[in-house]
Amino acid sequence: MSTTLKTLAVASAVATAVSGLAHTASAQTNEKCYGVSLAGENDCAAGPGTTCAGTSTVDYQGNAWTLVPAGTCTEIELPTMADGSERTGSLEELERDLPA
Amino acid sequence: MTSFVSALLHPGSAPPSDISAATRDRFDVYRNNVAVSLTEALETAFPVVRSLVGDTFFKAMAGVFLRCHLPGDPRLALYGREMPAFLETFAPAKDLPYLPDIARLEQALRESYHAADAVPLDPAKLMALTEEDLLETSLIFAPATRLRRSKWPIHSICKARGDTTLKPQMTAETVLITRPGYDPRMTLIAPKNAGLVDALYRGQPLGQAASTHPEADLSDVLGILLGQGAVTILDRKANE
Amino acid sequence: MLDTLRKTLPNQAGIGFKSQHFQDLLDDPGPVAWLEIHAENYMGDGGRPLAQLRELRARFPISVHGVGLSIGGENPLDRDHLARLKHLCTWLEPESFSEHLAWSTHDTGYLNDLLPLPYNEETLTRVASHIDQVQETLGRRMLLENPSSYLSFDSSTLSETEFLKELTSRTGCGLLLDVNNVFISAANLETEPQAYIDAFPTDSVGEIHLGGHDEDEASTPRLLIDSHAKPVADPVWDLLSYTLTQTGPAPLLIEWDTDVPPFAVLRNEAARAEVALTA
Repeated sequence: MSTTLKTLAVASAVATAVSGLAHTASAQTNEKCYGVSLAGENDCAAGPGTTCAGTSTVDYQGNAWTLVPAGTCTEIELPTMADGSERTGSLEELERDLPA
Repeated sequence: MTSFVSALLHPGSAPPSDISAATRDRFDVYRNNVAVSLTEALETAFPVVRSLVGDTFFKAMAGVFLRCHLPGDPRLALYGREMPAFLETFAPAKDLPYLPDIARLEQALRESYHAADAVPLDPAKLMALTEEDLLETSLIFAPATRLRRSKWPIHSICKARGDTTLKPQMTAETVLITRPGYDPRMTLIAPKNAGLVDALYRGQPLGQAASTHPEADLSDVLGILLGQGAVTILDRKANE
Repeated sequence: MLDTLRKTLPNQAGIGFKSQHFQDLLDDPGPVAWLEIHAENYMGDGGRPLAQLRELRARFPISVHGVGLSIGGENPLDRDHLARLKHLCTWLEPESFSEHLAWSTHDTGYLNDLLPLPYNEETLTRVASHIDQVQETLGRRMLLENPSSYLSFDSSTLSETEFLKELTSRTGCGLLLDVNNVFISAANLETEPQAYIDAFPTDSVGEIHLGGHDEDEASTPRLLIDSHAKPVADPVWDLLSYTLTQTGPAPLLIEWDTDVPPFAVLRNEAARAEVALTA
């Protein structure tokens, strides 16, 4: 594209965008995914007493980890990626993912 | 205090010997306070990751995470920066390879929420430039603006949270996070426009970005950026 | 004194501010005469938290209550965090700044809990020097809060009230007397709450806290947890009445941090505090 054409193209895109703002402002394709108004607040309250999360932990390094993800991920069935690799990652990636 | 901290984070170990015998069992109260309060902070920080893996898995994972990564300072609003990298190597979650990018998106939303306020660019300023000056002009983005590109459908996965009728398709997605008021918003960027938005976000002048990305629709992109208040000022000298 | 020109908190009821009550407070605060905020939640660069705080500041006396400075910590105070506190106090000009007699940060990071320390000469010297540093940096007198205790240390040589009294005379700091914490600690350590109030240096009290607690069902002997998840318990109101006969009127704060109820519930708690103050 020549410089003149490029100049005209950018200028015209700006003009189109700006003139369209008034019409599209209320019709944007966006969503609030969720409210984050309470994200990570500090307080000085104490948690539950003596029998809870802090007194037992799943030993991930010591092969005692038996949990599998069981949320809405089970509803998501992503097909094979465009490049042909499996959605669970290649064998190479699996090995890389193992803890040292 | 070193031994106190070590005993706090290792449930199997004995409480510090300095604690009076009659109250030694009570050390568990502090163990709980630390683990539960940090776990709750992570639950609030990563609600989508949590819903994807389920509450039980997330809590157990948070227990591992917090023992590797305590907050670096007392501001809980920032806690969790290491979560995406942690998820990359967390073997029990390896079947969900998109999880680290979801965590990156959630971290970006939180950063956006706490970012500095900025006055959005008045579009008239863009219109006031000569056509030649426009080519050399870069957009300076508001501090609350973030761009996250992923090879996974991060926007669709986030959107599908709690709605099992939505099935994300396997496709790369680019998400623009803006904060027109005080609540961050996500906008899915069309694949053909992703490269252009990225170039502008990195500070390339309009002319250069537009000619490098002929596939993109510049007026669409500017409409989104200006309409969302993603841009705060113009810079005509940055790339001279 | 640096503080002679500074406004102080009113001897009335206040509540811990929660962002979900923002509009309620603007519409009709009722008996809520002042607000307390947790400093660490207002250390971002902008956004809604700071915008709300700016607006509240124009209408209410504000107390800044730090929860993460780790004044009892073994290591030097975190200078970056202290600078953030100074920045907040400089623009906000709060009526009061307070922190806890506790520690929360060590080499490996921030533990997000108010951890206990033994009361002896070694910790006294350390805490006093940290308080000096805070007061010098902020250019103001601070209040220090008594903790809720779940255990005690063999290496303690002073009682908590002796420790606090000595801190006030060494540093000139004031005290924030948390009556719920007194009640919890007394139950957990099997001591007398009224005797604690009798021994407390009540002349130094600049603010009083009240909050709800929970009982740990699984535990014997009795274990109370400082949950801030409930209304103030009746025996704590009774202890407050006794405390006020010793301290005289003071700014009285209702804390509610977990399972935060609608504003109307906090309004009622504040009204009850107001009644206690005028009784």
